Amino acid sequence: MRYESPTTAKAAVDLLSKEKGKAYVLAGGTDLLVRLRMDMIEPDLMVDIKNIPAMNDIKKTPNGGFKIGAAVSGAKLGANKAISKAWPGVVEATNLIGSDQIQGRCTMVGNLCNASPAADSVPAMIAAGAKANIVGKKRRTVPVEDIVTGPGKTALAKGELIEAITLPKKAPKSGDAYLRFIPRTEMDIAVVGAAVSLTLKKGVVEKARVALGAVAATPLLVKEAADAIIGTSLDDEALEALGAACSAACKPIDDKRGTVEYRVKVAGVLAQRAAKIAYERAGGK
Amino acid sequence: MQHDQSYTGQDFKVVGSRPKRPDGIDKVTGRARYGADMSAPGQLVALMLRSPHAHARIVKIDTSKAEKLAGVKAVLTAADLPDLTNGNAGDYATLENCMARDRALYDGHAVAAVAAIDKSTAKKALKLIKVTYEKLDHVTDVDEALKQGAPQIQPACDGNLGGRYEFGHGDCEAGLKEADVVIEKSFKTGQTHQGYIEPHACLATVGPDGSGELWVTTQGHFTYRNVCATLLGMDIAKLKVTSSEIGGGFGGKTHVWIEPVALALARKANRPVKMVMSREEVFKASGPTCASSMDVKIGAKKDGTITSAFIECRYSDGAFPGIWGMLGGMTAWACYDLKNCQSVGVDVLVNRPKVAAYRAPSAPMMAFGVESTLDMLAKELDMDPVQLRLKNVAREGTQSSYGPVYGPIGIEPTLEAVRDHPHMKAKLGPNQGRGMACGFWFNIGGQTCSDLNIGVDGTVNLTVGTIDVGGARASLSLIAAEELGISYDDVKTTIGDTNSLGHNDTTEGSRGTFSSGMATIFAAREAIEVMKSRAAQMWDIPIEAVSWENGHAVATGAEHGNLPPLSLKEIAAESPTTGGPIAGHHEVTADGSGVSFASHIVDVEVDPETGRTQVLRYTVVQDAGKAIHPDYVEGQFQGGAAQGIGWALNEEYIYGEDGCLQNPGFLDYRIPVCSDLPFIDTKILEIPNPNHPYGIRGVGETSIVPPLAAIGNAVSNAAGVRMDQVPMSPPRILKALEQA
Repeated sequence: MRYESPTTAKAAVDLLSKEKGKAYVLAGGTDLLVRLRMDMIEPDLMVDIKNIPAMNDIKKTPNGGFKIGAAVSGAKLGANKAISKAWPGVVEATNLIGSDQIQGRCTMVGNLCNASPAADSVPAMIAAGAKANIVGKKRRTVPVEDIVTGPGKTALAKGELIEAITLPKKAPKSGDAYLRFIPRTEMDIAVVGAAVSLTLKKGVVEKARVALGAVAATPLLVKEAADAIIGTSLDDEALEALGAACSAACKPIDDKRGTVEYRVKVAGVLAQRAAKIAYERAGGK
Repeated sequence: MQHDQSYTGQDFKVVGSRPKRPDGIDKVTGRARYGADMSAPGQLVALMLRSPHAHARIVKIDTSKAEKLAGVKAVLTAADLPDLTNGNAGDYATLENCMARDRALYDGHAVAAVAAIDKSTAKKALKLIKVTYEKLDHVTDVDEALKQGAPQIQPACDGNLGGRYEFGHGDCEAGLKEADVVIEKSFKTGQTHQGYIEPHACLATVGPDGSGELWVTTQGHFTYRNVCATLLGMDIAKLKVTSSEIGGGFGGKTHVWIEPVALALARKANRPVKMVMSREEVFKASGPTCASSMDVKIGAKKDGTITSAFIECRYSDGAFPGIWGMLGGMTAWACYDLKNCQSVGVDVLVNRPKVAAYRAPSAPMMAFGVESTLDMLAKELDMDPVQLRLKNVAREGTQSSYGPVYGPIGIEPTLEAVRDHPHMKAKLGPNQGRGMACGFWFNIGGQTCSDLNIGVDGTVNLTVGTIDVGGARASLSLIAAEELGISYDDVKTTIGDTNSLGHNDTTEGSRGTFSSGMATIFAAREAIEVMKSRAAQMWDIPIEAVSWENGHAVATGAEHGNLPPLSLKEIAAESPTTGGPIAGHHEVTADGSGVSFASHIVDVEVDPETGRTQVLRYTVVQDAGKAIHPDYVEGQFQGGAAQGIGWALNEEYIYGEDGCLQNPGFLDYRIPVCSDLPFIDTKILEIPNPNHPYGIRGVGETSIVPPLAAIGNAVSNAAGVRMDQVPMSPPRILKALEQA
């Protein structure tokens, strides 16, 4: 196995596109190195992107959003006050990954590209309307919900990598939240995850995005769930419709972490709870 | 030499204090050496090839390609391990478990092993070993395994029945006729692993002369020595086993797993061999505790008097019969004074790993059935659960359900302490509930041998042969200091290797401090006799005129009483010229270990929408006999409760349709993390054991017995549904809530 540590995105792309064997991008390594140690992968090339300066930065975008480099750790993201204020749901979701030690290494982009249906940061990014900035032969920008195509699979072509995530400018009177269900209090993997981002106008939900994790082969953006609360002041009826829409959208499996029945039910419960938090953060009462 | 072992009721000077443990600094700084921390020049790395099938005939193993790989120094299969067990069924089971013979009996059963110059070569070699399997039908569920037509796991057994043990007295049928109320309920518990942090690891060498050394993480290095020597045809005296520090055992390190294979590879390769299990191997192929299934029936009068108490519990022993049903059967009704009681423990074979002890093995399952049903009875009778238990509690003189008549015991005092504890009166919020339950464990004594040597500066080396799993070196140092009348800091306690002491039984059955404490007391008293004779020499007076008080030889009587006392240090300083080294020694089969009881209280909150349970408050009340070092007694109480909480709520071996283990890792085998647990409060009761000079009872195990039932009762009170299956995972609780 070769280990390379380029200092520019272009050099990283060159290495990845020229490699004939199995190539992997290494950021924090909190998934990749575990898979390597467990003999689940046998890489021919590992490209470490942590020495690419631009990928370690968090920048404000010209239109008031944020650009978060692919090598930015969860801890660094959590320490950024501006993002934590604008997108608390995204930051909280990312900070749920692993332990304090893991937070020092793990990244949002790594969480996204690992392509687990249960990834914590992904539903939150989807709800927030985040976009992935891809470098390769050409640059392209893709909504986060279009990146994961199946368990362990992404829409990235050979020679492509995500250099950053962009979060849009926070709208006035908006809020987001992410909740996951785990049997323990931490150090666990989501049995169900639910993210809600919404914008209010005079106490009524004007815009909303609802995303679910761990209830299908990929994280889901659930339009019907958003529709269930748009135009409401999140009353009990709206919450019930939200829960029902989320439960209806679930296509989970029975596995060691939870049953189909359980995930369907709890997806609705968590979406309702996340919506209430987002509503409060948006200034709703 | 025989000594009087009975309780003296003496006042203590240092016993009962809380000095820092002697192994503490090494452990927190990383200097302590565990199983995987030892290396030898020229050592090889060994890896095991394991069965991917739950049950399969091994048709052929072709190792030729692996043997030809550069860097491979030895390949081993069952053919290299001839049966030397001489008809001993237990030893044969150990041999077969260490390396499958004609059949692989569970997912992860070892089928071959390789020793190579490094790990990557060993990994490559494993891939070159070709095993031809013929898959056989398998069974992993304890009740399925007992059905007619279930795949049979051991040809010598009747179906999959490994053993059936009955205990009790009176007539349960007659007792039911006297009952006003009868409660009948069935329960199940999942299979759990001890979850020790340190995986099994060892370094083995065997010289050309046939003598060997083994460095290993173990709860019983003498037992490991004897078993390895037997399986490999070595002389016991020619295999030296040195125990490393142990990163948790809880019963799982009482049996050999990889060690005979590492020694056999070392012998074959004529090189040192290091073998370390991965976490996945620990889950699949060490010794978890049993899953269980049970039926309980209790009859009682309106005033709460139990007239009939019956339980049958079926334990899954894995692929080899054990004594788990017997142990469980003995513990079931031990807390109570019952006219008619019966308990049946059944050992059942399934295609799962060979079960080992886990802290009071088999008792937590029985307690889950018994104590849950008692709460149901209390509810039916509209009686306080503590009062119901007190009404039927066992006392001194009670004929126990498993036979013996009790001496002084602690169950009634623990129940009274629970009844009067502020925890019982604390307010509960919405969706919160409180539960309590009792538990029992026997404790054992066993063979022990200790040496005590006094240096010329008056500091003391105490060498014991029982592994220190929970602070025993601190406790034994306190005991030596107490006897000799010196400071704790002047005693250094070491675990000796197998060449330096006579046989010591494994640290199991909560016996470490009880038995080595006894041997330490008598070794110290022998050393005192030596020091008295040395003082007599120094003073040139008859030994009869010398007594020992507060760490000093004192001359007594009108003739010599004016001599100033001689301290231990002064006598030690003169020892080279008064007869040489001063030492004491004692070997004993320590009898009369003294039974142990505990009662626990727990508060939980159950989320009615997700079924998730959070433990809010937990209190352990247990009889320690005498707490030599209260910190480490409390640590045992808390540790058992923490493990019990994990078992009750989330831990469980999950098997697929294919009979393979689906969660062999800490991600999906969910032991509690720190934030899952409240501070676990403890209350130590001291009802002296009459059979120990200091009144010690074992304290290590009883604390895991009540939690399953205590939490089950608390969940039931919080959520209004009776949980009959452990773990009470969120999906199970939510389902129960929906069906209620």
